[in-house]
Amino acid sequence: MSTEMYKPGSYPNLPPPPGTVGFYGWIRNNLFSSISNTLLTIVSVVLVYYLIDGIIGWFFFDAVFDADSKIECRKINDGACWAVITRRVGQFVYGFYPEAERWRIDISFLTMFIAFAPLLYPDLPKRKWLLWFSGIFPFFAFILINGGFFGLAKIEYSLFGGFMLTVILGVTGIVCSLPIGILLALGRQSKLTVVRTLSICFIEFMRGVPLITLLFVASSMLNYFMPPGTNFSILVRVIIMFTFFSAAYIAEVIRGGIQAIPKGQYEAADALGMNYWQTTRFITLPQALKISIPGIMNTFIGLYKDTTLVVVIGLLDPLGIGRAALADTKWNGLSTETYLFVALFFFVSCFAMSRYSLWLENKLNTDHK
Amino acid sequence: MVKNKNKLSKPVIEIKEMHKWFGTFHVLKNISLGVNQGERIVICGPSGSGKSTLIRCINRLEVHQKGDIIVNDVKLTGDLKNLESIRSDVGMVFQSFNLFPHLTVLENCTLAPIWVKGLPKKEANELAMELLTRVKIPEQALKFPGQLSGGQQQRVAIARSLCMQPKIMLFDEPTSALDPEMIKEVLDTMIELAETGMTMLVVTHEMGFAKKVADSVIFMDEGEIIEQSDPKNFFNNPKNDRTKLFLSQILNH
Repeated sequence: MSTEMYKPGSYPNLPPPPGTVGFYGWIRNNLFSSISNTLLTIVSVVLVYYLIDGIIGWFFFDAVFDADSKIECRKINDGACWAVITRRVGQFVYGFYPEAERWRIDISFLTMFIAFAPLLYPDLPKRKWLLWFSGIFPFFAFILINGGFFGLAKIEYSLFGGFMLTVILGVTGIVCSLPIGILLALGRQSKLTVVRTLSICFIEFMRGVPLITLLFVASSMLNYFMPPGTNFSILVRVIIMFTFFSAAYIAEVIRGGIQAIPKGQYEAADALGMNYWQTTRFITLPQALKISIPGIMNTFIGLYKDTTLVVVIGLLDPLGIGRAALADTKWNGLSTETYLFVALFFFVSCFAMSRYSLWLENKLNTDHK
Repeated sequence: MVKNKNKLSKPVIEIKEMHKWFGTFHVLKNISLGVNQGERIVICGPSGSGKSTLIRCINRLEVHQKGDIIVNDVKLTGDLKNLESIRSDVGMVFQSFNLFPHLTVLENCTLAPIWVKGLPKKEANELAMELLTRVKIPEQALKFPGQLSGGQQQRVAIARSLCMQPKIMLFDEPTSALDPEMIKEVLDTMIELAETGMTMLVVTHEMGFAKKVADSVIFMDEGEIIEQSDPKNFFNNPKNDRTKLFLSQILNH
């Protein structure tokens, strides 16, 4: 190709040959790199087309969005009957929370994003002020949702349900289990034998027992262990169990992160005269948590989805609400629509968490910026 | 040759009949050594001879089992308070830099002054910039260690130690992990540091550095100090056979 002569040391940087980089390069390398790959691409495209064609039709074009019962749905069209959801969407979202008080849930839910923003995005402007709000948010939300103060009507926990219950259980569990998990991970690595033994016992016990057992314990037995006269509501007991359970898993994930930190980091911190807590706060945890982000997020997502297990002790999470809807003779047999809707809700929440963790990993990557 | 002007006779480090074991393995045998204020000592010897372990005992990264180590009139014991005061007086530079990868160069330098010494952030930043200028990389202050070359990282590590304003600097093979073209920039930084009258203990194989800077060269083998003398005598007429063998191995290639 090139017949030009260059003096040694003066060879220019040439562009790569055409068709090897960019959009066409990518397509050629990944979809049509060989005869078998080309065949596979064509077959896959055809398959995907037929699948999507049917699915989209069922989901949208042939679907019925409002009707009085399943039978009416079927009279109108033969796609999905979303009426079971649209007619009961209030229950799916709020459970049996009184309709007149639902604004309290809405406000709590919206302000939750303001409370989380400064924690999730460290570069936010005015972060210090927002952090104050994050600090008081738990009390704010508790007063608002639970009621009983400032003239707000007290709402019984037994009326909580639906996605709101999922979010309360999931978010509280997630927020509480991270600090406990960190302490357990540090405790497990501690030089103090008593602290280490207690941490190991706690972690191994929590990991060694199925969550559902813990929930039964929470619903029936926990009051025996408490001093007489104390009466935790079932919701608080369940949250405690979720928190402890996922804290044990998080502790192990973080321990992995701590052990991945090279010994030289501690030596450097020691040589600079830093003590244990300084080293832990500035050197160990920032690095260990960064390494553990995927594992921690994994545990969080697991916890969030496990909140559906509360259905076995009689709390009405979205699945419970869904089952109640299906038990209604009007909607009998629409389990596909019902469960797909619940699944979509969980997917959206969990996918958001997963994307956030990817974003955070990228942001904290300081190797080659 | 760098001339040492403010040498006082008072020893800042005194090691008396010190022994150390790793489990049952006797790594340091009956070490006695005095280091005066402003003195620069180079320690060399074959790998596994205990030279790194020796200097790591001085800031108690390694714990000795017998004998005494006295640094700045403070005896090294298990007492945490003593330990912290010694560690803020003794800086250390490692073979593998050990910079904190999640912090910027500047934060690496200011972390300990702010939290260990209680320096206000502004002063700590000024001090750090001054020392980064001295090691000739002030323009990298806001980068992360992973974005720097090995030689630059090691110079940051030196600046980080100096930010604690130590009286003694320990160097544990500071150039062994570097590419050849970066060794010089680190050695130059160390030579400049020597010119300020810093007390230095350097474990290194850079014999050129020893000839140029050291007041005294120590040869160690199998956990013992075999020979200690000034660089001229050490290189020109070593007395011990093991020293002669070692020098012939590292100088004739």
